[in-house]
Amino acid sequence: MNSRSRLHLPRAPARPGEPPDFSYVELSPAGAVARPDTTARARDIAFLSTELVRVLDDGGTALGPWHPHLDPADLQIGLRHMLLTRLFDERMQRTQRSGKISFYIRSLGEEAVSVAQCMALRPGDMLFPSYRNQGLHIARGTALVDLMNQLLSNTHDMCKGRQLPVMYHSKAGNIFSISGNLATQFPQAVGWAMAAAIKGEDHLAASWIGEGSSAEADFHHALLFASVYQAPVILNVVNNQWAISTFQGYAGGEQRSFAARGPGYGIAGIRVDGNDFLAVYAVTQWAAERARTGAGPTLIELVTYRAAAHSTSDDPTRYRAKDDHEHWPLGDPIQRLKQHLIGLREWSEERHLALAQELELLVIASWKEAVSFGTMSDGPRLNADLMFEDVFKDMPAHLERQRDLMRAERG
Amino acid sequence: MANMNMIQALNSAMDVMLGRDPSVVLLGEDIGYFGGVFRATEGLQRRYGEHRVLDTPIAEGGIVAAAIGMSINGLRPVAEIQFADYIYPGFDQIASELARIRYRSAGEFHAPVTIRTPCGGGIRGGQTHSQSPEGIFTHVSGLKVIMPSNPRDAKGLLITAIEDDDPVVFFEPKRLYNGPFDGDPNKPAVPWSAHPKGEVDEGYFSVPFGKADVVRSGEAVTVITYGTMVFVALAAAAAIGVDAEVIDLRSLVPLDVETIVNSVRKTGRCVVAHEATRFSGFGAEILAIVQEECFWDLEAPIQRVAGWDTPYPHAFEWEYFPGQARVTAALKAALEAA
Repeated sequence: MNSRSRLHLPRAPARPGEPPDFSYVELSPAGAVARPDTTARARDIAFLSTELVRVLDDGGTALGPWHPHLDPADLQIGLRHMLLTRLFDERMQRTQRSGKISFYIRSLGEEAVSVAQCMALRPGDMLFPSYRNQGLHIARGTALVDLMNQLLSNTHDMCKGRQLPVMYHSKAGNIFSISGNLATQFPQAVGWAMAAAIKGEDHLAASWIGEGSSAEADFHHALLFASVYQAPVILNVVNNQWAISTFQGYAGGEQRSFAARGPGYGIAGIRVDGNDFLAVYAVTQWAAERARTGAGPTLIELVTYRAAAHSTSDDPTRYRAKDDHEHWPLGDPIQRLKQHLIGLREWSEERHLALAQELELLVIASWKEAVSFGTMSDGPRLNADLMFEDVFKDMPAHLERQRDLMRAERG
Repeated sequence: MANMNMIQALNSAMDVMLGRDPSVVLLGEDIGYFGGVFRATEGLQRRYGEHRVLDTPIAEGGIVAAAIGMSINGLRPVAEIQFADYIYPGFDQIASELARIRYRSAGEFHAPVTIRTPCGGGIRGGQTHSQSPEGIFTHVSGLKVIMPSNPRDAKGLLITAIEDDDPVVFFEPKRLYNGPFDGDPNKPAVPWSAHPKGEVDEGYFSVPFGKADVVRSGEAVTVITYGTMVFVALAAAAAIGVDAEVIDLRSLVPLDVETIVNSVRKTGRCVVAHEATRFSGFGAEILAIVQEECFWDLEAPIQRVAGWDTPYPHAFEWEYFPGQARVTAALKAALEAA
């Protein structure tokens, strides 16, 4: 045995050609984790950062103290938003493959994260998303056609052609502009929450990053400022196990859960089954109550799986086991909520099929409307002059001059 | 000799250096098992092991800082920052630390770190995958700044960078990874296999820093450029039949002032072209040098071609990109004046 110091080099549990292996994922049984009072001090509830809050068991029955006892009508709305997110993603993926849009990112398998969390918050709460949170827009009611207009960089694009597809925002919907650089929004959300407290408002801020991005310094700035000022903020780490090809072990997930970074900074950390709509809702509601009542920030780790490629520029068959998501021990969020609703006799296969057909038609109709406002290759185009606007509030002389040169260049 | 695109040439440079020098290590996001999102490190972890080619957390500041620490302990790290647009979290470590370690320790410590990073637009990358921030780094004393425009130079310059005892920021114009690009996105892509500089020695060789390449000799006007704009400038001059002398700087710091000055003294006219934004861009430094050194030889005001002073917009990529039309306008202005 070689006794020299060697580095530990994290290994993905399964590479192409190997059978999927999720034995590393630490699970708690549904209903087994205690639900502390929302006034509990962070130091007294550290167990939440290592257990896994689950409500739905494998049979779709809701169990335990975290059961949020939602009205079936609300569960049906949640199911609808998740299904719409998925169908929208599927259609936009195909659209990218046919060359109509330049880039796309799906959230396949992670729909419960955005949808359940958004539904557990209030419309006045400010959301600082990453690029895989389209469900926030769907659940907050951003029209599909508006999202599609952005994807197309067309004449109705909210970003006026400046942003890569999926980098949406909604001023009216209180959803911040997506950067494209990683984790930058996390400490910004803390600042927004600090402002809410300074102004004496009871709105909170919520932000999302992937577990891979938690390696960035901005993650640590966010936790530190949230801790120091006990800001009313919910910081969400979506642990979907993969950052492009980088396995979560390379973000430090092998030694300690991501939720456990919370107690390290003196804030509540809680680990939740990210594919369990009820558990995600309940945990977010708990964190929101803490934030609104002055009990401080919460770091939530949502344990889920990136079932699709990182983006349309990525090919995961080069670095992970094929179809591994089908073996993911926490299943599929849509299937699980559907099964639960059927168990409650509040849903059926027939209603599910009808809903899927209705939403598919909505996606198709929205796309038809969006392309009427132009695509990258056909139809009306944004005026290229827009490129020079919004660099500053008022256009400085040198940009006016460059705009005129650009016009001359284009004849 | 073998035919290589720029990715293969960079891969070959790292392969050669990993093989020659046991102190060379690579680190970066997705570079190990996966071989990098642009495939520049493909196969190298398999060949040299996980202690020589390291996957890292997604933390550019951490990557640069760890590379500095490794270099202080005798290694020669080659760090990949996945896109130049993502380099800013590492900027403090580069500008305040990497660039000054030799200076502040009176030469007792030095940090032979190479930072490779893909830059430039023309790939529908929007504002976060298209930037050309070289001018931000040339402004920092203590950094060498390199940008090759072809596979042969890419390999030879990267080997020089790895062997250099000073820190090097090595920009790779990603639009040129697969072939020379003349600025017209509607023309079929030309592969490097059709270009003489796609012929690359498979073994060890180096291209020196501080030596520009005169890629076309001419008498009428000097075009000083580098990176993506080299082939745009050549095509623009050809399109309007101008006998331009086109200089590919390759090495921005150190800069080959002699080649620049000799050429402008000969032609009396000068155009400076880069893809980066214009205001306070690296072109301004070139203009200043030409003015200082060649004032009495100039027959016309020096012209500057650059990206507009806006973020890189997704939908208006080709209105933004300084294509042939912008270069020909500058050539005409330089030739028609006085």
